[in-house]
Amino acid sequence: MKKKLTIFVAVLMVLALSLGACQKAVPAPTEAPKTEAPVATEAPVVEMPKVVKVFGAFATAIEEPWDGVIHHALKEAEANGQIEYSYTDDIGYAGDMERILREVAEQQKPDLIIGDAFGNEEAVRRVASDYPEIAFAFGSGFGPSGDNFSVFDNWIHEPAYLCGLLAGGLSKTGIIGVVGGVPVPEVNRITNAFIQGVKETNPEAKVLVSFINSWFDPAAAKEAAIAQIGAGADVLFAERFGVIEAAAEKGLFAFGNMSDQNELAPDFVVSSAVWNMTPTVQYLIEQVKGGTYTSQDLKDFSMVGKGGASLAPFHGLESKIPADLLALVKTKEEAIKAGLFRVDIDEAQPGAVN
Amino acid sequence: MDEFIVGLIAATLRVATPLIFATLGELFCERAGVLNLGIEGTMFLGAFVGFTAASMTGSLWIGLLAAAISGILSGLLMSLLSVRLGVNQHVSGLGITLLLISLSLFSYRIIFGESKIPPSINSFDLLKIFSDNPVLGPIFSQYLLTYIAIAIIPVVWYILFRTTFGLNIRAVGENPEATDAAGINVYKLRTSALMIGGALMAIGGSFITLAQLGSFTFGIIAGRGWVCISLVIFGNWHPIKVLLGALLFGGVSALQLRLQLKGLKLPYEIFLALPYIVTIIALTIAGRNASYPAALLKPYKRE
Repeated sequence: MKKKLTIFVAVLMVLALSLGACQKAVPAPTEAPKTEAPVATEAPVVEMPKVVKVFGAFATAIEEPWDGVIHHALKEAEANGQIEYSYTDDIGYAGDMERILREVAEQQKPDLIIGDAFGNEEAVRRVASDYPEIAFAFGSGFGPSGDNFSVFDNWIHEPAYLCGLLAGGLSKTGIIGVVGGVPVPEVNRITNAFIQGVKETNPEAKVLVSFINSWFDPAAAKEAAIAQIGAGADVLFAERFGVIEAAAEKGLFAFGNMSDQNELAPDFVVSSAVWNMTPTVQYLIEQVKGGTYTSQDLKDFSMVGKGGASLAPFHGLESKIPADLLALVKTKEEAIKAGLFRVDIDEAQPGAVN
Repeated sequence: MDEFIVGLIAATLRVATPLIFATLGELFCERAGVLNLGIEGTMFLGAFVGFTAASMTGSLWIGLLAAAISGILSGLLMSLLSVRLGVNQHVSGLGITLLLISLSLFSYRIIFGESKIPPSINSFDLLKIFSDNPVLGPIFSQYLLTYIAIAIIPVVWYILFRTTFGLNIRAVGENPEATDAAGINVYKLRTSALMIGGALMAIGGSFITLAQLGSFTFGIIAGRGWVCISLVIFGNWHPIKVLLGALLFGGVSALQLRLQLKGLKLPYEIFLALPYIVTIIALTIAGRNASYPAALLKPYKRE
């Protein structure tokens, strides 16, 4: 019996000890990070850089609205301390893109290169396949390639459609003008969506479309807009700079493109189809940081659903919009946001008169 | 149809204005024997300096003056290279164009930063003449600079063909050796022609920023300087014919924009190419009788 008792006591003591140990172990998790923290974060520092090194390679000057949108999103990430950013712009289409990308890849060794591949498609893809350790994300009308070449584009046909709804409803003459740069798929997409919107609120409306065959000739764009006004247009969509100036001069409503352009003529720019690259840039930073980057089409990040596209605020001009029209636009905007309404993607070149 | 023609005439004058200024400027240079390919850059500089000065001082006239001064400086630089140092005129002119465009854009970023939207100013207003008349109103509703451009043509004609200074300029453009022998300083005359020419080119460029648009962006001149070079040849180095050339180019430019809207089933590129096609055709016809200033492109070296 005595023996049994001693075993029982021993078992009890072991239990008590282990319990005690357990009790001591309770605060351990809170203490552990304190002592193990440096070890835990040291490892990621080696594998995943805290600050992603990004290089911007732009074929046009960053004052050009398309590349400007990318540049400003990267500037924002830089200001937030997320990335280390440097760039070269106005590279052009004469072969400098490949040389610059190779130099940057060899010397600066960025984690991520963002830019526009339009007009430099082959060159950019060639470099990307030679540097698989660098993530490439380029504006392109084509698809992703290899393991490291992603593409994006300004998929702002949704807000362009909403602008069209407004334009159709605001026009009194039933003639609406669009002045575009060059009829590439991206411009056609925006223009066609705008026309679709116009036709929905004003089925009888005529949409005039002019191209100036240049990304940068605001004086020519303004003259094209004045010609449209002469032909009866009383609402204009400014795919390029110069059109809003014509609208303001004649006291007509206009819609901006790419960024919120109300500032150019606060009394006349009702809204704009806005592209925002921040969702794309944020996603890319995350992927590169996490080491999970793969090539893909980043289209969704430039659409309304993920905040990459939006209808600019009305800046007080909503008072000029009929209430039922405003309500319709709000409803459609919500439906697009909720994914319950799709705007057609039509990349065929629009005719001069639609 | 009336509206079509009225709009067309009004647009023709607007489009022609910067061309008239700059072509007259080029005419001065070439009459003195210097092909100034710095014209595109000088127009760009004028557009930028005019805009910047106007936006800083709030005065469009100061902007215009600043543009003219920048053009004079550009002319001086061209003179230093092509007149004083005798550098090939093609090389020095193209070099100046590249330099001035880059310099303007560089300064633009320093002064205005990297805004998403081009900075703007309140540009010159359209004059209201015959504003009650439905036909004359829109035609005469032009910027003051357009009237100045047209008014300057007879002035240039008078200077070139009725003054001693003009006679001397034409003389150095035809036969600098003989002019020099007559005791006239070839270098000084060519320099002054380049300065006047530069000022006119820069004013032409500034018309776009100070009147037509009220904002400055990249590519604002978009090759208009090169058009002016061909207009000088088209005008056979004569100011009145230069006006005709500018009006022809401006007119076809304005016309094609309006034809595009007629809904014809033609590629839009055909319309856009129209002003250039017409210019080429006009040049081949007019250019056959072209009488180049004999000393054009020849640097003068005093022996």
